[in-house]
Amino acid sequence: MSILLIAEHNNLNLKVFTLNAITAASKIDNEIHVLVAGNKCENVAKEVSAIPLVKKVLYSDSENYENFLPENLTPLIVKLSESHSHIIAAANTFGKNFMPRVAALLDVSQISDVIKINSSDEFLRPIYAGNAFASVKSNDKKKCITIRPTSFEPASTSGGSAQIEKIEAVEAPTISKFIKREETKSERPELGTARIVISGGRGMQSGDNFKLINSIADKLNAAVGASRAAVDAGYIGNDHQVGQTGKVVVPDLYIAVGISGAIQHLAGMKESKVIVAINKDGEAPIFSIADYGLEADLFEALPQFLDELNKLNTIQK
Amino acid sequence: MKILVAVKRVIDYNVQIRIKEDGSGINTDNVKMSTNPPDDNAIEEAVKLKESGKAKEIVAVTIGEEKAQETVRKALAVGADRGIHIKSENYIEPLGIAKILKKIVEKEKPDLVFLGKQAIDDDCNQTGQMLAALLGWPQGTFASKIEHKNKVIEVTREVDEGLETIEINLPAIITCDLRLNEPRFASLPNIMKAKKKPIEQLNVKDLSVDISNRIQQIKVEEPPKRKAGIKVASVSELVSKLKNEAKVI
Repeated sequence: MSILLIAEHNNLNLKVFTLNAITAASKIDNEIHVLVAGNKCENVAKEVSAIPLVKKVLYSDSENYENFLPENLTPLIVKLSESHSHIIAAANTFGKNFMPRVAALLDVSQISDVIKINSSDEFLRPIYAGNAFASVKSNDKKKCITIRPTSFEPASTSGGSAQIEKIEAVEAPTISKFIKREETKSERPELGTARIVISGGRGMQSGDNFKLINSIADKLNAAVGASRAAVDAGYIGNDHQVGQTGKVVVPDLYIAVGISGAIQHLAGMKESKVIVAINKDGEAPIFSIADYGLEADLFEALPQFLDELNKLNTIQK
Repeated sequence: MKILVAVKRVIDYNVQIRIKEDGSGINTDNVKMSTNPPDDNAIEEAVKLKESGKAKEIVAVTIGEEKAQETVRKALAVGADRGIHIKSENYIEPLGIAKILKKIVEKEKPDLVFLGKQAIDDDCNQTGQMLAALLGWPQGTFASKIEHKNKVIEVTREVDEGLETIEINLPAIITCDLRLNEPRFASLPNIMKAKKKPIEQLNVKDLSVDISNRIQQIKVEEPPKRKAGIKVASVSELVSKLKNEAKVI
């Protein structure tokens, strides 16, 4: 057995979810080979070679891989998969994009969004937006797996010295073209990896009122999230959405403000370590999963919350 | 331009699912079923392209038991021209579904295939990408905006970092995100008219496609329940608990 793990990066730096996927992979086998495919991404290959759990870095440099178009990456991954038993990537928009293409060409049924590795062929994955967990066994010779990153700790990034092997690029079809990427710029930590997340829902009543959330986020160095209702109402951009159709977050502290707790939202945050709910409706379902519930008008509670935080001598960052 | 739209019948997104006591799956008896939500966006986008004169014909296809036909009928009521229902009594994995859809694509020769980005039952997020690979076509997944430009289509995709724009050659596969558009409701006259639109019925057995399942479902269980917490009386009590008890701030 050996694992082919596809690294996510931006040609300069490795993206952190690759580290979570490496930890998951290490529960299957020790022979972990990481593919770094990109354009002028030697730095990333070096970064990966320092990860102690990685045995070998497969480094393929080509303009065709610059923007990670799945049409271009897939032929390379399929070719490299010949000598590997498991093909693994993170279950984010990067891994979800190409892995099914790889699986289909290998005639393999992919296992998506794995949250626990039971053995080399048995896995646990959420279905119905996390309202049920399914234990599944793959009977395919090769396994194509995507890993839910927040279910595994990130692997250590220093101390290793894996060999870097250069891999010839594979001819790519010219059927797709990258135009542009508009990254959401924010001074705050990224939603997917923040230690604290504070989210607003429909109860915020307007986009302007999100400034109440933002000032607390600044104080706590927290990321700002939102329910689908708040996004659909136009209060905040969709890249802030937490839930089944948005991002899945597992922070140390999740503060839900004016969020009733629809199934679809809970699916994105209920694994958080500590959950706080602030809502004026005492019957809101969010209270049934909150560690600390405050039944209050958020327009009174949030300014008080900020005041209380300002009174503290120290705040963990 | 001809558009094929694939739709799936799933447990309605508002229903709290019930897990069967023997752990063999989810109870679907007497449960409200609906079209998979992003599949509604897929139909809507196809209908919009037809209304703008860019598409001539929309074919809606589904795979599933007898009642799955309702999903096609709904697509016809909001603007699809005809339907295809491939009958199958058993669960088929996304790989098998992609192989069946490939057969339909080869027969119908559409320029575009629209699918929802993910089904809300098995949450696999695979079928569109698999179909694209099997056909050797490009894909635009998680589409939140599309613009048809002669022989190519520009797709804005919702990715973790924000938005990404790509240009893909036709024919192509598009998987639709919920923010692509606002699906319309079918009007009563259109529901009546849809009853007269044709739905071709095929049996999955007659398509000679390998739909053998490769994944064995061992057990379906409840996720671990969170313990109910406490209610605090004031903001100061909340901050004190977070600081001294939970130690998270």
